[in-house]
Amino acid sequence: MKIHYYPGCTLKVTATQFESSAIASARAVGVEMLELPRWNCCGTVYSLASDDLMHQLAPIRNLIRVRNENGNAVTTLCSMCLNTLKRANLLVNEDPEKRRTINAFMDEEEDYDGGIEVVHLLEILRDRIGFENIREKVTNPLKDLRASPYYGCLLLRPEEVGIDKAESPTVLEDLLQCIGAEPTDNPFKTECCGSYQTVDKADLVMEKTRDIISWAARNSAECVVVSCPLCFFNLDRRQKDLAERETGAILLPVLYFTQLLALALGLGAEVCGFEMHVVDPRPLLSGKGMI
Amino acid sequence: MSEKLKTNPSIELSMETMTRRALVIGGGIAGMQTALDIADAGYEVILVEREPSIGGHMIQLSETFPTLDCSQCIMTPKMVEVSQHPNIRLMTYCEVEDVAGKVGQFDVTIKKKAAYVDREKCTGCGLCNEKCPTKVSSEFDLGLGKRKAIYVPFPQAVPPKPVIDADNCRFLKNGKCGVCKKVCEVEAIDFEQTDSFVEDRVGAIVVATGYDLYAKEKVSEYGYGQYPDVISGLEFERLLSASGPTNGEIRRPSDGRVPKEAVFIQCVGSRDQEKGVPYCSRVCCMYTGKHAMLYKHRVPDGQAYVFYMDIRADGKGYEEFVQRGVEEDGTLYLRGRVSRVFQQDGKIVVWGADTLTRKKIEIAADMVVLATAIVPTAGARELAKKLNITTDEYGFYNEAHLKVHPAESGRPGIFLAGCSHSPKDIPDTVAHAGCAASKVTTLFSSLRAGSDATDSLTQLSATEGREG
Repeated sequence: MKIHYYPGCTLKVTATQFESSAIASARAVGVEMLELPRWNCCGTVYSLASDDLMHQLAPIRNLIRVRNENGNAVTTLCSMCLNTLKRANLLVNEDPEKRRTINAFMDEEEDYDGGIEVVHLLEILRDRIGFENIREKVTNPLKDLRASPYYGCLLLRPEEVGIDKAESPTVLEDLLQCIGAEPTDNPFKTECCGSYQTVDKADLVMEKTRDIISWAARNSAECVVVSCPLCFFNLDRRQKDLAERETGAILLPVLYFTQLLALALGLGAEVCGFEMHVVDPRPLLSGKGMI
Repeated sequence: MSEKLKTNPSIELSMETMTRRALVIGGGIAGMQTALDIADAGYEVILVEREPSIGGHMIQLSETFPTLDCSQCIMTPKMVEVSQHPNIRLMTYCEVEDVAGKVGQFDVTIKKKAAYVDREKCTGCGLCNEKCPTKVSSEFDLGLGKRKAIYVPFPQAVPPKPVIDADNCRFLKNGKCGVCKKVCEVEAIDFEQTDSFVEDRVGAIVVATGYDLYAKEKVSEYGYGQYPDVISGLEFERLLSASGPTNGEIRRPSDGRVPKEAVFIQCVGSRDQEKGVPYCSRVCCMYTGKHAMLYKHRVPDGQAYVFYMDIRADGKGYEEFVQRGVEEDGTLYLRGRVSRVFQQDGKIVVWGADTLTRKKIEIAADMVVLATAIVPTAGARELAKKLNITTDEYGFYNEAHLKVHPAESGRPGIFLAGCSHSPKDIPDTVAHAGCAASKVTTLFSSLRAGSDATDSLTQLSATEGREG
């Protein structure tokens, strides 16, 4: 199947390993991700002000771009992009008056009809391809790899745009099982990573990181698996900050689910960009014979 | 006579054609009480129960609030009375298949499910059950105990006669085994048995199909279904029960250890407009108070914590009972919700808030008991369709009038009893059952159509008299 793909800014800058591993893995299981020829910022943070339609223009414009390509659906990798696009989409579908206002404002664009579906790659893998079909395509099962899924908040909340149960999601666990890894429990898996506080309150994010990583380690996880570039940055980078500050800090590699998927599908480390990680996952993965 | 009866000849009641026999659907405490009351008044009753035994949920309970008398001690004599009453025809392992006709002359078809045992011939000796090689988890013990593939659900079952669970029987699955057939001295095992149907005519129907607990998978945020030591209140009842899987000792399902700290969480699913059901399940405050008390009686050096929203103890002796738990048994009540439950080093860690002291609470508990919401029993809506009665948005059966016709459905001749109507404790259920029974006997004993008593039983519509 083919699906339009909205990358968002992070995927082109600090999370290129997420994009390369995602596109390669998706292709290997039969999903062609077609990057939109034109796209702009997703809007980053969904505006909760009810009269603040200006902040809805960016996400809606992206959805119009999908329509321009004769698409009906668009996929994202970044949880933040998913959240913003999906919520803006929901808003204009539930409130035709606001949709009209937005359309009138962007008179240079084709009117947005509300008909685009926004889905995360995980949803495509789960609902359209099916994890069981992915299991059949696995050539290098990730045996003995104990991985702690970490969802963060934007993939699951608010519930009307979440891709799984907000309190007890299992989509990452289910995927990890299909590719041969062993998911471990982490009570903090849906806790916030600290998000943008990382810009000016790094200490706060370090606290969150310590909780998330140490609980993963207590349940003997060897790595943490994420689907959001911001979660990735916070967990990966702030671990190093913690290690510099505190003795005995645990260092657990943080991986995108697509990197593990790519390895399991036999696509090799070339598409995974492991050199971009602060906590280097290569010793762990080569120790297991996975790279 | 009301306008409805005058203008709708199809509901006109003829006392000459009135069949003075009632069908009661459901053999829990509500159905049993209704059946006994109608039968004692001198009318015939057919009592249909879909499980192999009557007793319902009440027979699963250990001791009952607020008197702490043993549920089995109340139930077993009643169950025997039901089975021996000359006016009651007990049909267990049966389901109502179809209902036609109208008040006074309902034609009902009842499915006798294939039990693969001739329950007439069976003497209830128990040899088949003893010799059966297949063990599966017991529904009666909610998976905490085991049963055989040929089984009576619990030792005091009425009738004490087994059924074969076709999904797990080796002979029915693979044609190998047949041990039960070999050992049965009266040759009651019949692997060829199929579902059969009986038809009968009744004048009135009482629906007493009871309740289920809110589905396990829906309360996954408390780790229910994921961590074995997070259990439901009903499962805790089985642990408390002297005839339960642990012979009444409180032991953790995971490792059999006695829990030294137990956390009870109220309103799980109930009063939750976002994710659960908005209504109050009415019994949880009281049974949680009872659970904490009984826990302390069984584990004197243990500590019970209860997370609650508020305590609804509005029955006779109820508030005193809750206070007794606090004062004599040291139950620690914490007003607040639980935010997270997770497993760590063999403990179940519970995070919550005490909104009275404004403190964050963390308890490393050994066991967590969830007071899960009461919901209509599986199949309640399908049965409503067969009976042509209405349900509310949750699937509870609608009464004709909440205040003055609480046991009448909107359809003449069909009455409601117990939790199939709304969540009720045992005293309220028995009262509701008695009410339904009295409506049936009044209908049967009315001398002529159009008398006041009969009017109220036959002409109600769900919309009539709503002003009150």
